[in-house]
Amino acid sequence: MSAPTAPELSVDRLTIRFGGLTAVDGASFEVRRGEVLSLIGPNGAGKTSAFNAITGFIAPAAGSVSYRGTRLTGLRSNQIAELGVVRTFQKTSVFAGLSVLDNVRVGLHLVSKQEPLAILLGAASVAREELALTTRARSILQFIGLEARADQLASALPYGELRLLEVAIALAAKPRLLLLDEPVCGLNPAETANFMALLTRIRALDVTVLLVEHDMKMVMGVSDRIICLNQGRIIADGTPEAIRSNAEVVRAYLGTPRVAGG
Amino acid sequence: MKRIATLTLLAGLLSLPLWMSSLYVLHILIMTGIFIIAAMSLNLLLGFTGQLSLGHVAFFGIGAYTSSLVSLGFEVHLLPDWQVGLEAKPVWLGMLLGILLAALCGWVIGRVSFKVRGAYFVIVTVSFAEVVRLVALNWVELTQGPMALNNIPVLRLGLPGWFEFAFLRKPANYYLVLLVGVVAYLLIRRLVHSRAGRAMIALRENEALAASVGIDVTRYLVLATFVSAGIAGAAGALYAHYVRIVDPEVFSFIYTVTMVIMVVTGGKGTLAGPIVGGLIFGLLPETLRTFSIQPEIQWVIYGVLMILIVYFLPEGIVPALRRWWQGRRERQGVPPSAAVKSEASP
Repeated sequence: MSAPTAPELSVDRLTIRFGGLTAVDGASFEVRRGEVLSLIGPNGAGKTSAFNAITGFIAPAAGSVSYRGTRLTGLRSNQIAELGVVRTFQKTSVFAGLSVLDNVRVGLHLVSKQEPLAILLGAASVAREELALTTRARSILQFIGLEARADQLASALPYGELRLLEVAIALAAKPRLLLLDEPVCGLNPAETANFMALLTRIRALDVTVLLVEHDMKMVMGVSDRIICLNQGRIIADGTPEAIRSNAEVVRAYLGTPRVAGG
Repeated sequence: MKRIATLTLLAGLLSLPLWMSSLYVLHILIMTGIFIIAAMSLNLLLGFTGQLSLGHVAFFGIGAYTSSLVSLGFEVHLLPDWQVGLEAKPVWLGMLLGILLAALCGWVIGRVSFKVRGAYFVIVTVSFAEVVRLVALNWVELTQGPMALNNIPVLRLGLPGWFEFAFLRKPANYYLVLLVGVVAYLLIRRLVHSRAGRAMIALRENEALAASVGIDVTRYLVLATFVSAGIAGAAGALYAHYVRIVDPEVFSFIYTVTMVIMVVTGGKGTLAGPIVGGLIFGLLPETLRTFSIQPEIQWVIYGVLMILIVYFLPEGIVPALRRWWQGRRERQGVPPSAAVKSEASP
């Protein structure tokens, strides 16, 4: 691992509008290599919109995003994934009709090298690679802790395991920067603790993580740095300790003392 | 178990003309086989990418017309003083060109549809089929319009001066259709059980997630339409040189509907589905006829059977059978992991 201060992803004056609503308003920040950076903020602060703009699912109104010097703005989602920037979704998102193992094998698309002509001609290299891909998919499931579920249909998994499967699919795409959108939303405390342990193991693979999360225990536990968004603007940027005691963050989350109670 | 069943089926199909002397039955099997090939090609799109090509008969018809015209030769006046003609060419070349042109049209449709999905993909394909049908109907100089292309030569293979074999009789055509059918099946199976097939299924299951792991979804939709249209074109070429007359009726919407019925009742997204559905709905009308049932009643039976299948087996016959078989094994104590692997998954 190189120096953890090298910028991995830089977001420059990113602005996102939906009609008259400005979801993200000139936000600039950097994700440094090897760190876990969390984006927090009340609902509607623009966290998911920022995710969508970084990964090419929506076009920003202004500003740009670049990854290791390559401009991501204007690229399609699949091209961004090819560069090593892979995301998960806030709303649980798997290939429901496929087995757990096949879900991960779809995720291995970028690792796989088969070309259409070789496939149609039934080349031996394709069969060989298929075996290797299956082995690799199983080892990813083992890493995540879903190996016992490999042959089950994804739609038959309980919610907590679905959320793990999403991460398994993303990891299969060999991310160097992994964007997780509320990965522990709806999980119980034991499952959340399990997920935090998993995140530590993902970090050990030299994967940088950008996290959007509401579970403050998790955010404070795993983050190296936290950025707080409110109404599309960055209101705080610092270590977990600094954020915890930041007056403006507390106000954004809890409101002013007069209307406090949330 | 599965291998034994496949080998038995193949042996039965291969030996059929030896013990089945009825030319009528062979004719029905040839026509059904041609439609099964077309249905298999439709299944690649509808079953695996999840996109319904409701103009699929266009590719079938393009294969039929191209192959016929190349083997008959033609001459058209594109401008008053500019005419383009083609000498009659061997049938095998016509068939190859028919497949190629159909596949190219599929490629174009795939490219044009790079952003349209669902209902919009249906509209693009239906419009394309209608345009092609109108061209076939109205460009009389090329296609003879409603007068139809007649006396289409049969396929002849051989080495010049050595020997030559004409696919004139029914058993020969039966084997030809069987061969093309097996090749089409193998191509589709290879595709489905590969990186490309998984990408197509990913498009069907969850397009946003597919893009997020780096799948260029459009590229694989184009590949699917290309291969699918090529196979449909092959079915059309077989049809043209077997029936030996082609008119704009080959573009009828009802043929697309027949293919969709075959795929949906058999089980879309399974390799065996279009074959099972195709056998049932290809052979049913003729079987009913042998019982000398009134034509109206025949169609009522056809319709009722179709509704019953769709109502009680919404996923199709093949997935239902597979689940029943799996359940039986599990009751017998075979662990679920050893159960028959689903074909719907890559």
